[in-house]
Amino acid sequence: MSLRADTPVTVRRFSRAERWVHRTTAALMGVCVLTAACLYVPQLAELVGRRALVVTLHIWAGLALPVPVLAGLVSRAFRADLGHLNRFGPHDRTWLRAALHRDKRPASRPAGKFNAGQKIYASWIAGATLVMLGTGLMMWFTHLTPLLWRTSATFVHDWLALTIGIVLAGHIGMALADPESRKGMRTGRVTREWADREHPLWRR
Amino acid sequence: MNEDVPEGVKEGPPAERGTPVGRRVFLGTLALGALGVVAAPPLQRGLEGFLGSAADKDPTGLTGLLPNGGGFRYYSVASSVPRKNADTYRLTVDGLVDRPTTYTLADLEALPQTRLVRDVQCVTGWRVPDTPFEGVRLSRLLDAAGVRPTAKAVRFTCFDGTYTESLTLAQARRADVLVALRMQDKDLGHAHGGPVRLYVAPMYFYKSAKWLSGITLTDEVRPGYWEKRGYDIDAWVGRSNGRDDEPTS
Repeated sequence: MSLRADTPVTVRRFSRAERWVHRTTAALMGVCVLTAACLYVPQLAELVGRRALVVTLHIWAGLALPVPVLAGLVSRAFRADLGHLNRFGPHDRTWLRAALHRDKRPASRPAGKFNAGQKIYASWIAGATLVMLGTGLMMWFTHLTPLLWRTSATFVHDWLALTIGIVLAGHIGMALADPESRKGMRTGRVTREWADREHPLWRR
Repeated sequence: MNEDVPEGVKEGPPAERGTPVGRRVFLGTLALGALGVVAAPPLQRGLEGFLGSAADKDPTGLTGLLPNGGGFRYYSVASSVPRKNADTYRLTVDGLVDRPTTYTLADLEALPQTRLVRDVQCVTGWRVPDTPFEGVRLSRLLDAAGVRPTAKAVRFTCFDGTYTESLTLAQARRADVLVALRMQDKDLGHAHGGPVRLYVAPMYFYKSAKWLSGITLTDEVRPGYWEKRGYDIDAWVGRSNGRDDEPTS
């Protein structure tokens, strides 16, 4: 092997299992969001129609949404990442404070494999997905839950859907703004330079 | 050349030990969701009031996209719905009748009109208060066609090509069941099922079939589109579909 100056040194960020978990979850979430839009936004509902089909797609994509993460648990690398996402150290507090003050200097944004924002996003979207699943099931099996519950579940499902849509747009927007981060999720590898800049505590 | 760095992937480095904030955020989100379901009724009432008044002053129409933002929602089960106007629209009354009839829009407009102002209640939860509907009583069209004694029910078909509805003959003869030509004191637009839709005031709004094109007298109730998919056939508001909404009529 020859070491060439124009080939940046890369490091492994995500295993194949982790990338597939992300890919399938993203696809299912995409179906959920698109079908939801077609059920909800009048202009789209008018354009697409086929309500029974769209409902079926939405329900099954929603039911399947937790499956990739659960299946991913057999991967040791994925379990390790869940550990990273769960644990917050003192540096995460520093990161969050900098984010609140819109301080973008790398020095004030210390991060391990995942930064504090990614950790909070991951935990929140996992919880929100389960809330959507629970309220969705209550809306689906209409005769199984008391009446009042169902209207309440619809209320939570609607408003949380809107919130998830906004947060998801933020997630995608941030990915679009960082090609190297996207490459990490696509190919599993990132440049060492990027890793040391964005996640300085990761490879210590 | 690539440098493989196993640490950070294979096992968690000691630097990543710390408070399990992730788990707390996760469980907190779940708890908030459950709390939201419990606290939904008062929250919903408050929001509906607020958004309803905001929607009145909102020129962009964006509030209409918010959940429970007030007003109707468009539901269609067909892939696309043809448009019909005064020239192309026809309503047929047939089946177990002595005089099968076809009405044009002008024919229907020439008949005595009845105006009803009731709440509209959708089975999915939204409700639009005090909505005027105007049109011909269904019972008038049935009488004009001469319903045979063997007829027990009415089947409705729509020019979207897909949707169907049904009523028993007794339900169909009620005074608050209209073949509606106008809604909110305007001619029925396409999005609201125009030029002619059914309006069954005392029942959930899925009974009020849009784009009505056929009225057929049958010897038994044939379940309509949503009814084959689990909704109640006798869809009285507040007494069906597992709901307890305030009756609308």
